[in-house]
Amino acid sequence: MASTPLTPPAPLRARAANRPRDSISSWPLADRIGYMLCWAAGLSLCLIAGAILLLMFIKGISYLRPELLVESPSAAKDQGGTGGFLDPIEGTLLLTAIGIGLAAPVGVGVATWLNEFQRPAWLARAVESGIEMIAGTPSVVLAIFGLLVFARGSLGFLSQTSAGGAVYGRSFLIAGIMMSLLALPLIVTSTREGLAQIPAHLREASYALGKTKATTIRRVLLPAIRADIASGVTLGIGRIIGDTAIVVILMGGTLQLQGAGGAPLLSTLRGTGSTLTSYVFENSPAGEGNAPQKAYAAAFVLLLTVLALNLAVTRMSSGRAAAAKQP
Amino acid sequence: MPWRSRGKPDQRAELMLGALSVAVLVLIALMTLTVFAKAWPSFSHNGFISWFLPGGDVDQQIKAIENGPKTAGHYVYHLRAWPLLWATMLTTGLAVLFGLVLSILAAIFIVEFAPPPLRRVLDPVVRLLAGVPSVLYGLIGILVLAPWINANLISNGRKESVENVVQLNGNGLGLATLILMVMITPIMVSLIAGALGAVPKSWTEGSAALGVNRWRTTWRVSLRTARPAIIAAAVLATGRALGEAIMLAMVAGGRGFAPNLLDGFTVVFEPARPLAATIIQNFEELGDPPLAQTLYAFAAVLLISTALLSLAGWAAKQPLKRYGIR
Repeated sequence: MASTPLTPPAPLRARAANRPRDSISSWPLADRIGYMLCWAAGLSLCLIAGAILLLMFIKGISYLRPELLVESPSAAKDQGGTGGFLDPIEGTLLLTAIGIGLAAPVGVGVATWLNEFQRPAWLARAVESGIEMIAGTPSVVLAIFGLLVFARGSLGFLSQTSAGGAVYGRSFLIAGIMMSLLALPLIVTSTREGLAQIPAHLREASYALGKTKATTIRRVLLPAIRADIASGVTLGIGRIIGDTAIVVILMGGTLQLQGAGGAPLLSTLRGTGSTLTSYVFENSPAGEGNAPQKAYAAAFVLLLTVLALNLAVTRMSSGRAAAAKQP
Repeated sequence: MPWRSRGKPDQRAELMLGALSVAVLVLIALMTLTVFAKAWPSFSHNGFISWFLPGGDVDQQIKAIENGPKTAGHYVYHLRAWPLLWATMLTTGLAVLFGLVLSILAAIFIVEFAPPPLRRVLDPVVRLLAGVPSVLYGLIGILVLAPWINANLISNGRKESVENVVQLNGNGLGLATLILMVMITPIMVSLIAGALGAVPKSWTEGSAALGVNRWRTTWRVSLRTARPAIIAAAVLATGRALGEAIMLAMVAGGRGFAPNLLDGFTVVFEPARPLAATIIQNFEELGDPPLAQTLYAFAAVLLISTALLSLAGWAAKQPLKRYGIR
């Protein structure tokens, strides 16, 4: 009897190593359905975003002409004919500048107080809930609140006053103040997150050098969280650029910049106008202009701005992540 | 200056920053109070219960308020706001419900199952969807989706079946809910994905070591741990959906009609107009005292609902916190 030659047994792990240990084909049916649904959800988000981008790029490129960017809107209600959207672009920039110009210092100040001082405690708690409440307040409510507060005689210098003494209550300044409330919670949250992440030794080192708390905040803490403040501000800009309700209600239905007499810059600030969002709204079938091609072109410009802001936020957060990795 | 005590600049800074914070707080309190004060006549003339009840065509009532006598004391206030409230509840509730399911699945996909290249795509996709302005969603809805629905999904028979009550033109409850869902999903996805990613590795590894597969581990361990974040996400999204005005004014149909669930599937195409969209559609008449007071009443209802909502979310999170990670 010829005995078979002895061969070493095959390694037990050889085949298992090639295959994931937890293979999906071995799962129960219900689990596999769940897994498939996850794929479907993820892919559908990608598809929706892709469809929006594709549609806007096709429509935008076919309707956007360079002269639209440098011409003012025509005076007529119907925007189908001549005229571009220079004024709305200027309006968007101006409104963003006012809103952020107000929200950034106030937001950083409030966040600093909440994190570094917060005395008395009940007041800090109240301010915290107040900021939360502002974050949850619909922008249309903020808009009509603005109208309620600023359309009164004592605040007439912020907007126009009619011959009869009635205060109009609609201007870039007023819309900008309300816009700053929209951006405020974002800046506060982002600044507080940054302040909370500063290691204790940074503060202690500053105190050990004999610096006061105020100096420490100004010279050590705030410079250290510049990136957080910047990302909060960028989120705020995105929020302000994208908001329509405040613009439509607090700047009236005018598409052109309409100054309100007096000094050149001040008159624009006290006057009314439009932004890209309100231009899109007015020119959609829902508004009065009803010129879909112009609406598409302006919406395309708006989308490009949002994309650029998104890119900036991504850059900032990845830069911060890289900085955090360094010892 | 050596003689100045070290506390002085600190005190000054604290005072200044504290005053700033208090000013913001006062502004917010002022907002709430003035809106309620302004809204008071609308509630008190109609009665606090009957204001919320159904009764008559709300659009005609708003018209009557606008066209009523212009002298104080003779203002018309009659309003039964139910159709607007019902539309708000339907759009918000359905959008959050479907959006929550979609965003939980998408968040699990991003954290657990997506291949790395797809994950790198999904991150900016979610951020893009969250960043697109609502007017752009509205524009796509009103120019692309509504005409398509009108041409392809609503048969003439369906239009005739409700002809005597409403006109179906493509804008309506279903489209509004769909777009609203797309708008609020990314907010929820990023919050839930963040929480799922923060589940301690040892917990999921412990589950895997017991032979539980990845799906069940995610479903039973990670998702339960993330429950407070899911509630927070739902609350945030509901608030956003309640306050969405522009997009809903564009695609919801713009008519103060209470979609009738008894109409069967037709209800999907019936027009509606939530509270916030009603404010947008009537803001030009804000100079008219009785109508303005009515609109501020809508704003007051929105303010109360968002406040109650965050309170409810806070209460719901409390018992879960003990087992969760945040």
